[in-house]
Amino acid sequence: MFEVIFLQFLNGLDKGAAYALIALGLTLVFGTLGVVNFAHGALFMLGAFCAVMFRQFLTLETVTIDPTQTSPWGAPLEIREPLVQTWFGDFGAVLVNYSVPFSILITIPIMLLVGIALERGIIKHFYKRPHAEQILVTFGLAIVAQEVIKSIFGPNPIPQPMPTDLRGAADIGSWIGFQANVITYPLWRLIYFLFSAIVIGGVFAFLQFTTFGMVVRAGMADRETVGLLGINIDRRFTIMFGLAAIVAGMAGVMYTPLLPPNYHLGMDFLVLSFVVVVVGGMGSLPGAVAAGFLLGILQSFASMTQIKAIVPGIDQIIIYLVAVVILLVRPRGLMGRRGVMES
Amino acid sequence: MTNFMSRNDLLLFLGFAVVVLAMPIWLTPFGAGYPDLLQRFMIFGIFAVGFNILFGLTGYLSFGHAAFFGVGSYAAVWSFKLLTLDAIPAMIFAVIISGLFALVIGFLSLRRSGIYFSILTLAFAQMSYNLAYSVLTPITNGETGLQLTLNDPRVLDAALGQTFVGQPVPTLLGQQLGGYAGFYFCAGFLILSFFFAQRVAGSPFGMMLKSIKSNQTRMQFTGFNTRPYALSAFVISGMYAGLAGALLAVTDPLAGAERMQWTASGEVVLMTILGGVGTLVGPVIGAWIIKYFENILSALNDNILAQFWSFLPEGVADVVVKVTSKFVGDGWHLTLGLVFVIIVIFLPGGIMEGVRRLTAVARRSGPPGAKSHQPQPAE
Repeated sequence: MFEVIFLQFLNGLDKGAAYALIALGLTLVFGTLGVVNFAHGALFMLGAFCAVMFRQFLTLETVTIDPTQTSPWGAPLEIREPLVQTWFGDFGAVLVNYSVPFSILITIPIMLLVGIALERGIIKHFYKRPHAEQILVTFGLAIVAQEVIKSIFGPNPIPQPMPTDLRGAADIGSWIGFQANVITYPLWRLIYFLFSAIVIGGVFAFLQFTTFGMVVRAGMADRETVGLLGINIDRRFTIMFGLAAIVAGMAGVMYTPLLPPNYHLGMDFLVLSFVVVVVGGMGSLPGAVAAGFLLGILQSFASMTQIKAIVPGIDQIIIYLVAVVILLVRPRGLMGRRGVMES
Repeated sequence: MTNFMSRNDLLLFLGFAVVVLAMPIWLTPFGAGYPDLLQRFMIFGIFAVGFNILFGLTGYLSFGHAAFFGVGSYAAVWSFKLLTLDAIPAMIFAVIISGLFALVIGFLSLRRSGIYFSILTLAFAQMSYNLAYSVLTPITNGETGLQLTLNDPRVLDAALGQTFVGQPVPTLLGQQLGGYAGFYFCAGFLILSFFFAQRVAGSPFGMMLKSIKSNQTRMQFTGFNTRPYALSAFVISGMYAGLAGALLAVTDPLAGAERMQWTASGEVVLMTILGGVGTLVGPVIGAWIIKYFENILSALNDNILAQFWSFLPEGVADVVVKVTSKFVGDGWHLTLGLVFVIIVIFLPGGIMEGVRRLTAVARRSGPPGAKSHQPQPAE
């Protein structure tokens, strides 16, 4: 029985990690700029498509026809070779194989640019406007982003293969003293979890231990006073928006092997991650992370057949149910500060 | 009668009714004069008018209104299946059921305001949607959608000894509701809904709702309990959504869960904002524009575009066709999103505000004689 519970716990981790990463970015934006960003899911989706784009770029190939050999269908054999492999040899092959992790390298500058452009271009003008209008404009932007992606990459999901060495499962059970092959966990999910832990730790360390982070935290607490001290807080908040976009983008990149990305990926995750943010408490970073993992794990437990036998359909609504209960009973969520959007 | 409605209100109402009833005539040159699309204009007009009673008057932004729309559809189809094929009982049944549903959800959601209210309604709507797809399949028939069949019991029809041959379709007093009959049926409801919305907006109750929007705290300080007013507005707008959903089931007796998805809730928000929040006519116009362009733009393809741009030199035309084709056909949502973003940024009051600004400009630059009527500031 313990094995089953532990396994479900593990199964919830990777989804929880994705929720936590998206919710972290959402909360960063809300805490610094005070903007309710419905386009954040679209940033997650854009990150995922950075990986798709990178791989499509890497797998541009030359086709040579070898007349001496024939394919199983009788036609002359076509030899396809990716250009990178022709140019860089083995290194190119490794590059193609590890395209998903490598695409983080291009995702970071792209998402930084997208984030800063978005903030400077549009969201800047909405600080003083009501939350409803912020929701509406970012919702519109999310539609635009997903339609642009749809018109470039088409409506179908594009599977991203994970690196060959990282396929298969890790026998976690045997590491902690269970029998072999009782508790196995797909390796990539484990990597995703570790990756998210590193990113989350990095963001917290950045905010906690750097001067920049200290100024940002001060600005979150009292923007006006920090501005009066002669610090250009707006520019730092813009950079924080870029950082939130990077976090969302990286979360999207690493999630591609688990779920082939399509254009409405962002919208699917957005609704859930808003629920996560609200459960964690509007504006609380640790709350967002905790709620992300909590809801991911809860969802995993709710989809156990034993639980579904008792409460049918619970796996479909558990997250929303938790959100409704928390909002009604404790509107500032698990760790929300008193008075932030509490009404 | 003089106290019942001001002259302006009466003119607005009559003008609206005439415009709606004459739609088959004046929309034909625009390629939209066919009953199927006209019915949709009416149905989504009702939906948007109802949504505006909540969002436009009280300022509560609900992201879950499609749930009531879907519940209305299901209720109407069940009425067709169990009671009778006549449309009137189905409409009544649907409005009551969606009203009750809205009462429960509104009672819970209205305990919070602002973004929390939006998330709560969204969560309830997503729950309904997910349940309709999974556990509630006996009621909703899951992914296939709820349909009419010959073997439905239809108790009332059976008691009256009516029998049908072939695929059952909804009727009104024995009259089939296809084509233009269906359009006028829906148009009648749209005009009634508009009238009722007009009465609500002009009543003391409507004033109450507007003051909730402008300053709820002050209202509470003066001793009003605002919750029942907001809840009434929520239930009324839920009933509007249910009515619209039922009408959609009347014109096309197939209810599916995708009508309850949150993108459908987003669509009615788009309609209302596009037309103009808080105005009476705006949401209807927004609904018409979105439905019109959905039909027209999504039907365009590269061939039609190539013909349209054929006056350009060949190389240029190819490029232009390539570019514009991204905005029509399947990509029409891109156009919608862009237009929506531009509207929210530059014209938060929607089309109605644009019209108001234009008329203001026209008045200012009008004939000099018109200016003398305006009161001049004291020097």
